Amino acid sequence: MIYNVPFLAVVVLIAIGAYALLFKRNLIKIAIGLTILESGVNLFLITLGYREGDVAPIYTNLPSGRGMVLPVPQALTLTSIVIGVAVLALILSLIIRIYRKYGTLDSHEMRRLKE
Amino acid sequence: MALETTGGYWSPVIWLAAFIVAFLISYIIWGMGEKKHAKGEQEKPFLSGMEEPPKEEVHIRAENMYWGFTDTLRGYYDFMKKIHTGIINDYVLWFLGMATIFFIVVILPEVFK
Amino acid sequence: MNDWIVTNAPILIIATPLFAAFLTPLVDRVSKRGRDAMVFVATLITLVIAFILAKNVFDNGLVVYTLGGKSVGLTLPSGYHVPVRIILEVDGMSVFMAMISTLTSFVGLLYSFSYIKGEGSGKYYTLFLMMLVGMLGMEMTGDLFNLFVFLEILSVSSAALIAFYARKGKPLEASIKYIIISSLAALFVLFAIGLLYGEYNLLNMGALAGEISSEATFTFTTQIAFILLFASFVLKAGAAPMHMWLPDAYGEAPGAISMVLVAATQASLYALLRVCFTVYSMAIDASTIGIILISLGLVSIFIGATMALIQINMKRLIGYAAVAEIGYILLAIGVGFFELAKVGGGGVISEYGLKALQGGVFHIFNDVLDIGLLFLVAGAVIYVTKESNLNKLGGLAHSMKYSSIFFIIGMAAVSGLPPLNGFASKILIYESVYKVSPITSIIAILASIFMLAIFVKIFHSVFMGPKLSEFATCKEAPKLMLGSMAVIAVIMIFFGLFPDFVVNNIVNPAVNALMNQAGYIGSVLGGV
Repeated sequence: MIYNVPFLAVVVLIAIGAYALLFKRNLIKIAIGLTILESGVNLFLITLGYREGDVAPIYTNLPSGRGMVLPVPQALTLTSIVIGVAVLALILSLIIRIYRKYGTLDSHEMRRLKE
Repeated sequence: MALETTGGYWSPVIWLAAFIVAFLISYIIWGMGEKKHAKGEQEKPFLSGMEEPPKEEVHIRAENMYWGFTDTLRGYYDFMKKIHTGIINDYVLWFLGMATIFFIVVILPEVFK
Repeated sequence: MNDWIVTNAPILIIATPLFAAFLTPLVDRVSKRGRDAMVFVATLITLVIAFILAKNVFDNGLVVYTLGGKSVGLTLPSGYHVPVRIILEVDGMSVFMAMISTLTSFVGLLYSFSYIKGEGSGKYYTLFLMMLVGMLGMEMTGDLFNLFVFLEILSVSSAALIAFYARKGKPLEASIKYIIISSLAALFVLFAIGLLYGEYNLLNMGALAGEISSEATFTFTTQIAFILLFASFVLKAGAAPMHMWLPDAYGEAPGAISMVLVAATQASLYALLRVCFTVYSMAIDASTIGIILISLGLVSIFIGATMALIQINMKRLIGYAAVAEIGYILLAIGVGFFELAKVGGGGVISEYGLKALQGGVFHIFNDVLDIGLLFLVAGAVIYVTKESNLNKLGGLAHSMKYSSIFFIIGMAAVSGLPPLNGFASKILIYESVYKVSPITSIIAILASIFMLAIFVKIFHSVFMGPKLSEFATCKEAPKLMLGSMAVIAVIMIFFGLFPDFVVNNIVNPAVNALMNQAGYIGSVLGGV
């Protein structure tokens, strides 16, 4: 049961992220919700690779008789974290420019492009 | 030379040749009409005696062009404009809602079989 | 030298614009003309390599290029061995989409040379080349995680380019809506990739297809991964009712970027086809998926065509017409998938199912060309008059003669009038969809009439009518813009007059590659 706790944490994080994306009006809160959702997916990727009783996947000076956890999801997670940083930087710079133009950060007010 | 479709075939070269032949025939018939007609006052449109207003004032703008159609379907268009809100939260709601509908339609019948 | 280019073409086609994209800011500091020349040469080389690769694939079948090794299952002398390495797998459908992407980028670049002026243009060309890299990477790759990375590259550079004219307010709003919804879709794709990796310990699309198609190893999590991938790629392709970001993004992008964005959404549609036809093929409930695709197509056609009738912003209206065109493609692909499900994995598809797939795939190319030409003309009108509100424009045909001729060609092609290319693909779609259900064919034909009505509205209010006083000083669009419009118009007329040449030589290999899942798997696993 203890080994299922990270998966439950993934579900909780994705739910919080989706809640913030759906129901929060402030643009900064929407960006934070997107980041929390991304953290949830990254946690899911790392938790996939865990094997019971194994150590970190560093090949040199491996203690004899021990296995390694899967290294591929760790590579996928690193790539995903970097992509998340780039997207977050773009979103935040767009929010700064939008605040100067529209004067508000409310997503319900930011509706010049409707219908 | 022809594209095979389900019901037959479509050959644009033959179509173009037929179009040119029909165009030539109608051009020759048009050329055999009356060549002389009075110019000046007889060419103007008749608007029950009124002067024809300048063209800039009667040019129909884009919003009013299909007034008959959009006015008839007023209920449908009001509903559509209400759906297309432009709020980012609604875009996410549509995405998650459709993903849930796909899940229910595709996977649940397999589970309960 | 020629041999080296042919064998390494799959990686050269991604590496050339990537290398040029990173060099552009440096060259930009030195001279502007040098930067223009370098970007032009890079895009031209990519176009040539795309055609060389296309010739190679049409002659020799599928091409597999292993990154960093000689063959797919190579064992290094030190004993290091993985089941499948990272590969680029190029078949008929990939090369079809690569031709579309490189062609639209080349024409868009010619157009941008006279549209984009002033400071900041160095960043524009860098992001433009990165969009090309993202599109080509998505189309060449044989690996699911590679697909995710290139999808994100494409989304980020497109979002930055949509917000290029950041002095006004609306492009910023369109860009933030695009990047939020696109990032959400990409996160769901990553989640599905994680599920598939945890289930099968494989990321390669061919090897995954081999594992999924066997009954013993198909589980519930694989179906959930399929639903997540399907929903995300359908959102990125712009099908209704998840289409609302599309008119915003297309309507506020500068000039030629709208045309390249159409090619970018077709790249996401390609990813959807890859997931449905190659990775999963018959393992899921394919007839239900086919019916879902048909319904999405019909809803998109209807919503796109009717909502476009009430718009007053020129580019936004063309964006809604693009939603309707995506509906046609989804309708035809849905009919093809439904027919493929009837005969199972190894059987021969029925005649009208094959024609439906050919019509759908041909319509992908025609959609990009037609809507692209209309966006280019709209961009020229906005460049000349600085006005995009249809209520204020009028009487431009007196001064912009050639642009109005190109607009008539584009309008006739989009609404499916013979003898242009729109009619050739639409008649394939109408006649094959009729066999499934007559109602769908009737809705499709009525929507074509709607499309004609929509563009007659633009044509009447922008080009016809008397010369207005506020546009008295407007001249014709610059020659380079007219040249790029002419390139597309010539290709459209060629496709319209010789559709059998295009369907037999370009579309047929793509459709056969889509249906041939066994060949795709065999070239990866058989080479071990």
